Amino acid sequence: MTTLAERPPVREVEEDRSGVWASRWAWAVVVLAAWVVVWRFTDGVDTLARPVRESTPLFDRLSDFRDAVLASRDTNPVVQATYAVGQWCVDATDWLSRMVSVPDFPRPVPQVGWLGVLAAATWIGYAVANLRIAVLVAASFATFGVLGYWSDAMDLLVITFVAVLLAVLIGLPLAVYYGTGGRVGVGLMTSLLDLLQTMPTFVYLGPIVLFFGIGSSAAVVCTLAYALPPIIRIAGHGIRNVSPTTIEATDSSGQTARQRLLKVQLPMARATIVVGLNQTIMAALSMATLAAYVDGPGLGKPVLRALTRNDVGGAFVPGMLIVLMAVMLDRTTTAASRRAEIAARGGDDPRLRRILLGGGLVGVLVAVWLSRQQLWAAEFPESDLGGRIADGVDSAFGWITSTFDGLTGAVKDTVSTVLLNPLQSLLADSPWYVTGLALLAIAYVVGRRRGLVSAAICLTLIVLLDLWHSAMLTLTMVLVATLLVMVLALVFGVWMARSRAVDLVLRPVLDAGQTIPPFVYLIPVLALFDPTRFTAIVASVVYAAPVAIKLVADGISAVSPSTLEASRSTGCTTWQEIFKVQLPMARNSLVLATNQGLLYVLSMVVIGGLVGAGALGYDVVLGFSRSEEWGKGAAAGLTIVLLGVLIDRVCRAAADVPKDTTGARTRTLLRSKVPVAGSPKSGLI
Amino acid sequence: MTNHRKRGARLASVSAVAVLTLAACGSGGSISEETAANEEKAAAGGECGEVNMAVNPWVGYEADAYVYGAVAESLGCTMNYKDLKEDVSWQGFGTGEVDIVMEDWGHPDLEDKFFAEKGDGSAMEVGPIGNVGVIGWFVPPWLAKEHPDILDWNNLNKYAQDFATSESGGKGQFLGADPSYVQFDEAIVSNLGLDFKVVFSGSEAASITAFQKAEENKEFLIGYFYEPQWLFADIDLQRVALPEYTDGCQDDPAKVACDYPETDLNKIASTSWMEEDGPAQKLLQNFSWTNDDQNLVAKYISEDGMSPEEAAAKWVEDNQDKVDAWTQS
Repeated sequence: MTTLAERPPVREVEEDRSGVWASRWAWAVVVLAAWVVVWRFTDGVDTLARPVRESTPLFDRLSDFRDAVLASRDTNPVVQATYAVGQWCVDATDWLSRMVSVPDFPRPVPQVGWLGVLAAATWIGYAVANLRIAVLVAASFATFGVLGYWSDAMDLLVITFVAVLLAVLIGLPLAVYYGTGGRVGVGLMTSLLDLLQTMPTFVYLGPIVLFFGIGSSAAVVCTLAYALPPIIRIAGHGIRNVSPTTIEATDSSGQTARQRLLKVQLPMARATIVVGLNQTIMAALSMATLAAYVDGPGLGKPVLRALTRNDVGGAFVPGMLIVLMAVMLDRTTTAASRRAEIAARGGDDPRLRRILLGGGLVGVLVAVWLSRQQLWAAEFPESDLGGRIADGVDSAFGWITSTFDGLTGAVKDTVSTVLLNPLQSLLADSPWYVTGLALLAIAYVVGRRRGLVSAAICLTLIVLLDLWHSAMLTLTMVLVATLLVMVLALVFGVWMARSRAVDLVLRPVLDAGQTIPPFVYLIPVLALFDPTRFTAIVASVVYAAPVAIKLVADGISAVSPSTLEASRSTGCTTWQEIFKVQLPMARNSLVLATNQGLLYVLSMVVIGGLVGAGALGYDVVLGFSRSEEWGKGAAAGLTIVLLGVLIDRVCRAAADVPKDTTGARTRTLLRSKVPVAGSPKSGLI
Repeated sequence: MTNHRKRGARLASVSAVAVLTLAACGSGGSISEETAANEEKAAAGGECGEVNMAVNPWVGYEADAYVYGAVAESLGCTMNYKDLKEDVSWQGFGTGEVDIVMEDWGHPDLEDKFFAEKGDGSAMEVGPIGNVGVIGWFVPPWLAKEHPDILDWNNLNKYAQDFATSESGGKGQFLGADPSYVQFDEAIVSNLGLDFKVVFSGSEAASITAFQKAEENKEFLIGYFYEPQWLFADIDLQRVALPEYTDGCQDDPAKVACDYPETDLNKIASTSWMEEDGPAQKLLQNFSWTNDDQNLVAKYISEDGMSPEEAAAKWVEDNQDKVDAWTQS
């Protein structure tokens, strides 16, 4: 919509759109003003607030249901069946980890030692991608060993491998259905995937143990539950979006539905399917620390253990190794799909590759043989580098907290008094029906009828779940956090788009922010900001800002250079260029960035509960920690899901109407929730 | 089922080994020697078998678990440590995934579900571990020194404003704890008419960080805490006296207006595992030590940076007399 030929219609839409949005903003302000006036007179009435450690009949009923399942576990056929599946997972992971990670008794070491594993992994890196990837893989594996976490890293790889394998086996058929099925079925599936992706893991971690057993089986299942949605969504999206003309053309030659799927739809959607696989792997890795709560093996274990002794450096090193593993797998899958494309087009020198692969294979066999025979090749040589890095991080962290303590306290107090407290009073201290009506009115103003209907359903269910007040406290924090995320996204997104150097420096930092387990930085942010709502906000901004920044940067980079040229020739200053040309033209990306930012922030609500934010996050952790409170945790988890659906549907309704103002790309992206940049909407908890 | 599963796994691993042997003919150096030694050891011992030890997420518990494990291994047992929270650990008794929980701070709900009287009988009490759990309201030592009268709850309102934070809405802030613990603080605050608001830290890490910071920067802080805990080796938190605990004063959660009782911590084990009645079970029955013992091992782990295994081995070596008392009965 930026080419000159399209100019006139675009301008028309543009004017139409700004007119619509101006009136919407005006209405929103009116609603807000009325709300403030009513709140003035009703402050503190009917807020539905209740003591944090108080139960209700609904929570008790939910807990009773869980108890009934628990009591029937020896006779319940469903539990028996899932338990058998769990045993299979245990067997598979157990066998794999005795191959590469833990001593296979009576051997003092695993079947294949580090040298063999490293050589084999490097060879695979070259075989599926290229020499650069092979070097990256070798360096990553060496780092796991040098920093002293070889066994934990192998365990995490094993769990990730088994879970991703299952995700592909289960996910691809479902993706085919998702891409070709009817409206009702797909709609139902969308809701289910929404639930899987937004329900906090702590809610179902306990029941998973009940159904599948403790340890690697629980780890595989909870990783699977979380890693399945991306591949279904993205691969399904790819299959659905195969160009209709292609399908028509091939249909006209009389193909069967099966042929259409296998010969046309799947091959043409291959690139998207690989993106889905990539996102599934990233989602799987983001579950590493949570799985450790139920004795899931892997790098999450040392992270959690360090947390119990407030050992910042000790959590940092394994946390960064998780990031490293994510980067390694991400680059490998991406490069592999690119290579497959090149090979398919025949643009490759097969002879040289074959020679290198053959020679490499001999090397791998020698390495495997050595690592089975020689202790030095079986056990990674000890080094104190990991410990030294941990100490360095500790002292750096000590310096930061003592130096910036006053400043961070001031920032916290300012944001709390200026933003958090007033908004919280309005949302949570108004009578529930006033807040509810005001939210409905806003949903109608921005999303018209569709927004109103979605909001009405979600808000009603939230009231019925008995946690209205907590939900409003959480909503306040989510809104403030998203505001901060968008401020960062605008500043850094524009900066990155305008300067290649900034982009190069920032991207890896953003990748790390998205993949590092929040448990690694909980203690630093706690030391800087105390157990407060603001600490929770900081943690969620660290996690959510990277996605929003990337989306804004990509959107602005996509503004056509000829448009910029034109604006420059009319003598625009840099600021005018940004505010009058780049930002307005990247509006689609801004809408998308806000939507994704909100959902990413929401997925950090539970982490917020761990650092003093209270509200729904605390309730979820409570439910996981004390069995009699499970019902409350489940209700809180459902409330979080409802908040997510509410925000998402209202955003989408706002983007959809009227007259396609946000453009087809945003709508498809919002609709299919393709995680455009980096890891998916991964509720780390 | 376990046997069946092991056989399957073994079969699979044997076939893989067969594949690998293609590349690995001939005999190696020390690996094969150690393998032979392990086989011999397995043939010689084997009376004790495997012990599945739940490791709940706090350092004092790790001290219990690994000291037990160090002694059990010297008796020929094989230890499987499983990092789990309390609830999940108890669920594991019935399935054979967990045999021992070393330190129970009181979980009436879990007891109802898994003890024989009311529940499925998969778990049983094995008696006190010797540690005494002290739960209460604590302040950092600098505060107790500067304002000694703060250690009496009657004077807390006088200082309420000093305890105010961005979270406490104009009142004093009381820092509630990790949700894993039984807490009546909201009721106590309101029933004693204290001008405080309970703000829940949400995790042990958050509470510890807050107390460390309060002591370092001489900030006002009052909150829920407990002993034994490794933090006391670092900062000697002072307990605030609440109206004394009397039997039954905590029966109605909404009306609690008294202090927390001291709790004798109990060892819990799987009923079917206890029935085997071997050396591991006897060791568990006899295992008993003091708060000071536990704190010392916890200090080795948290302050001195030892691994739990190293810390336990060191304590066992230094306290052979106590260990002997557990193993000779």
